[in-house]
Amino acid sequence: MLPQPPPPTRRDLFLGFLGVGVCGFGGVLPWARRMIVDQRRWLSATEFTDLLGLCQFLPGPNVINLSVALGSRFHGVSGAASAFCGLMFAPMAIVIALGALYAQYGGHPTVRHAFLGLAAAASGLVLATALKISAPLRTNPVGIGIAAVTLAAIAVVRLPLPIVLLVMAPLSIFVTTRAGR
Amino acid sequence: MSGTLPALAAIFAQLSLLAFGGGNTILPEMQRQVTQVHPWMTPQEFAALYALAQAAPGPNMLVSTLIGWRVAGFGGALVATGALTGPSSVLTFFSAHLWHKFRDRPWRRTIQAGLMPVTAGLVMAGAVVLARSTSVDWRAAALTLVATLLFLSERLHPMLVLALAAVAGALGLVG
Repeated sequence: MLPQPPPPTRRDLFLGFLGVGVCGFGGVLPWARRMIVDQRRWLSATEFTDLLGLCQFLPGPNVINLSVALGSRFHGVSGAASAFCGLMFAPMAIVIALGALYAQYGGHPTVRHAFLGLAAAASGLVLATALKISAPLRTNPVGIGIAAVTLAAIAVVRLPLPIVLLVMAPLSIFVTTRAGR
Repeated sequence: MSGTLPALAAIFAQLSLLAFGGGNTILPEMQRQVTQVHPWMTPQEFAALYALAQAAPGPNMLVSTLIGWRVAGFGGALVATGALTGPSSVLTFFSAHLWHKFRDRPWRRTIQAGLMPVTAGLVMAGAVVLARSTSVDWRAAALTLVATLLFLSERLHPMLVLALAAVAGALGLVG
């Protein structure tokens, strides 16, 4: 067993998540796990999985919830704020810089065409994510039905999300529980 | 413009608390709010901003920063990002120690497993809504399908796939 490292300071939390924010191309969670569990050993693998469970259960971007939960565990409100700001600082600055460049050069024909290609691939990224999430439903016809109704209500009928969630979430939990018995 | 910042705050704060299953589930509602309910941009612009956010590192909901920025400048970027991350963060802060107490309760698993089909449907809806506006012609639609297969195969890094698609677009293969 390696000796337990001292608990992180607010500065450590900020810097640790700053590194995660900068690295996290195409998904931040693997990088967050690497930093928290493997490199800095703030949490054990089991503790990390448990905390991640909470962050996936609650609404909101998972990795942002994770920064808040971890920061607050060590230093309350100021710890949560340190980790959160560390995570968001660099990506926000970079994305605003990209936005400014796009506003400046977006009208240029080559840039415009590059964006059509990039945007088409970004749609593919969401489609691939959706297919991966849906894969466990293959053996679950009731689940496929619920997913299909949700898809149609949002993408075809374009109903507001609060209404769809209010109807589909309880229904889905109810039928999934009954089917599991 | 005076009502724009409060409107941005209201939209993204609501989305923050509705984002069960992570950020991708609120994508179609975000698009509906900023292109239909408020005519701030075209669906094509929304798709371009989403793509731009994917090209930056960090949490995948940075599209809120870009939408805020596009609609109301720097203040809009801060308001939209703050509203999207604030309410869920406050909720996380207050439930973090409660959670430990409930971690072995079966209802936790029941709710999570029960929400899975809804999450899958919502993310698929996001893909449909985006693909509808990025498929400017059949070649763009084909590029989306090829990119999907490459992302699924996981042989190439996602950023490389996005970069290759941008190059393909710049060479005039799309549009």
